[in-house]
Amino acid sequence: MPTKQRQNVAAVGQIPKPNVLKPSKAASKKKDDDDSTDVGDGVEEWTQAKTLIKPRDQLELTEAELNEEFTRILTANNPHAPQNIVRYSFKERAYKAVSMVEQLAVHFSLDGNLLHKDSDEARRQKLRMGGLEGPTHIDSPAAEPADNMETEEHPGTPVPAAGDEGADGEDAPKLKERKLTNQFNFSERASQSLNNPLRERACQTEPPPREVFSASANQWEIYDAYVEELKKQQKLKEKPKAPASKKEEETPSRRRMGATESQSDDISKLAKSCKIMERMVNQNSFDDVTQDFKYFEDPADEFRGQEGTLMPLWKFQQEQAKGLAVTALCWNPNYKDLFAVAHGSYDFMKQNRGLVLFYSLKNPSFPEYLFSADSGVMCLDLHRDHPYLVAAGFYDGNVAIYNLKADTPQPSFISSAKSGKHTDPVWQVKWQRDDMDNNPNFFSVSSDGRVVSWTLVKDELVHSDVIKLSFSGTTASGPEGLRLHIHGSGTAFDFHWQTEYLYLVGTEEGNIHKCSKAYSSKFLDTYEAHSMAVDTVRWNPFHPKVFISCSSDWTVKIWQHDVKSPMFVFDLSAPVADVAWAPYSSTVFAAVTVDGKVHVFDLSVNKYEALCQQPVVAKKKTKLTHVEFNPVYPILIVGDDRGYVTSLKLSPNLRKMPKEKKGQEAQKGPEVEVAKLDKLLALVREPDIQQGETESPTHRAEY
Amino acid sequence: MICNYATLGVTTPLELLVSCGPTQKAEVEETLKRIQSHKGVIGTIVVNAEGIPIRTTLDNSTTVQYAGLLHQLSMKAKSTVRDIDPQNDLTFLRIRSKKHEIMVAPDKEYLLIVIQNPSE
Repeated sequence: MPTKQRQNVAAVGQIPKPNVLKPSKAASKKKDDDDSTDVGDGVEEWTQAKTLIKPRDQLELTEAELNEEFTRILTANNPHAPQNIVRYSFKERAYKAVSMVEQLAVHFSLDGNLLHKDSDEARRQKLRMGGLEGPTHIDSPAAEPADNMETEEHPGTPVPAAGDEGADGEDAPKLKERKLTNQFNFSERASQSLNNPLRERACQTEPPPREVFSASANQWEIYDAYVEELKKQQKLKEKPKAPASKKEEETPSRRRMGATESQSDDISKLAKSCKIMERMVNQNSFDDVTQDFKYFEDPADEFRGQEGTLMPLWKFQQEQAKGLAVTALCWNPNYKDLFAVAHGSYDFMKQNRGLVLFYSLKNPSFPEYLFSADSGVMCLDLHRDHPYLVAAGFYDGNVAIYNLKADTPQPSFISSAKSGKHTDPVWQVKWQRDDMDNNPNFFSVSSDGRVVSWTLVKDELVHSDVIKLSFSGTTASGPEGLRLHIHGSGTAFDFHWQTEYLYLVGTEEGNIHKCSKAYSSKFLDTYEAHSMAVDTVRWNPFHPKVFISCSSDWTVKIWQHDVKSPMFVFDLSAPVADVAWAPYSSTVFAAVTVDGKVHVFDLSVNKYEALCQQPVVAKKKTKLTHVEFNPVYPILIVGDDRGYVTSLKLSPNLRKMPKEKKGQEAQKGPEVEVAKLDKLLALVREPDIQQGETESPTHRAEY
Repeated sequence: MICNYATLGVTTPLELLVSCGPTQKAEVEETLKRIQSHKGVIGTIVVNAEGIPIRTTLDNSTTVQYAGLLHQLSMKAKSTVRDIDPQNDLTFLRIRSKKHEIMVAPDKEYLLIVIQNPSE
């Protein structure tokens, strides 16, 4: 259908020049067989024409004229378009040149119209044309194949027409010279090669192993990584410095040894958490005691007047220490909850072994450290600056240093018969300040009458006798004219905390010697203090002149070191085993007696009687041996001859500070404490100076 | 484990030897025994880093339950503490319940869990 219509359209278009149709029809047949050769001929003609033909009327030109170049430029501008059009601009109220001019020139235009062939108009037109075209177009058998061809090569239809014209044109100059032909003979030819057949080839490898990895980094992991890296870098830095590469080679093997050991049962890594856990378990089960220790203040004290009480807290005991008397107590200066206990025996007949234990208030059920010794430990002291150094004195006369940092049950250093050990029990040891070479050193006192200074030089204990005590400074004559040198025997000593050279030595016969480290042959002073062995002497921690002593002769005496007679005398009606000043007040001290009582005095409250006199052991037979105040907390610990250590809390009355005067702030500090004690001393000194005009009731023994 | 120590330089070999020494081991055993025999202690569990109990005084199912749950909880607690301040670390965790107190002491590699009835 469309072809027919096309034909019609073409027919409509071709109405004005029906003569063209004829040659085209004729040529269409020709074109079928030689449309390619035709073009080929044309090309040849074209090349030949260049050389041969010269029109007769051609202008004869010289060579120069021929070579002259004329430049022509084809532009899209219309030469006939006007350049000078002006229009009135209402905006600017003036005539303005129009810059844009229409360049389009129309040379020919023809309006056509399409008719549907079934429409009336088309039929009429057919009828009108019928006479002219009818036979050629419809009835000619030659036209039919042409129609078919047109349907087949639909897009190509114009080409044969052009070809016809081209063919006509080419023929024209040769044969008829009838008209100028179309120079731009054009034909499009195309062919399609066979496509390569598509082929698909594939093979499958085994998939690479996959692993899902996911992690989230948080701040502390990053921090840890940095710390590790830093350590690595530091190690690398240190490495080139260390010349001992061999050592490093050795260490891994050792490490490996450790590794195999630990891998078998690496439970030992739990050591720290075990310790914490034990303390926590203890804290839970001793919760009430801990609460009392921290918060309980006896409300009954308010109604009791001056008197106070001691509340028992934890009781420290250890299987191995059963039957061994507590011979010394010492708080750790660093950790306020840790104290050392020495165990031995005061009984000459029952000497066997000794123990040094360290208890913490945090774990009353088991000691933190435990050192056992073959001989009874009679005394110990912790170093002020290096609290891990423990000096101990034994019943056999030896002294030793234990190091808490070294993980051995044996003492790190011990004296021997060669290195000047004592020949009798060592009754007290005391650390001194480090000497000029920073060597730790301590003093010891023993029944053999010597006071010895021990210095830890490198790996050795070096001794030097500081003083030798002699009994009344004389020699006694024995039977048959033999002159026996009877030496005195020291039982206790204490060093002055301010005047470094000054110290006191208590003796078995009851005298107290005031000595100086500078003189080894003479005492600065001798006090005839007691009628029995002096058990303890201690300087007051606040007042530089005052010291206290106690003895088995039932008395506790307070002295001023420049006065030969005691300032205060207290009779406790039982042998006094130990006495200690309180760390919080210059006038408070506690004494323990062998009848199992603790006596606490505060001179500023009562000069004559103890504020508290309390038996703290269950059985009557148990003897108390030592007492010590905690440097911080209001508690004291007492040891007995059965090996128990009891901690006691001082009730508020026992640690009462002097009342505040109205309008005055409460004064504190060592000066106040010194003044407080001085005031008390002045009270008793006065009658002393006036030669017993009015005898102080506390002042009786000497007259 | 030890390779880690060597490369990280966390402990010097001497310390390592000391900590692995027989005395230390015995001491830990002793301490564990003491804890177990302490008043009111119901059970002691040692859990390794993976949350697997390696030592216990309780029955199997209870142990597994405690170990699994407390391992998670203490890890969470640890990371909470460390998230707040990376230089800080968790040292102890105690949970007080109506019936008992559960105490967890986390170490580098182990957790020590003790269940105690404090009112006993």
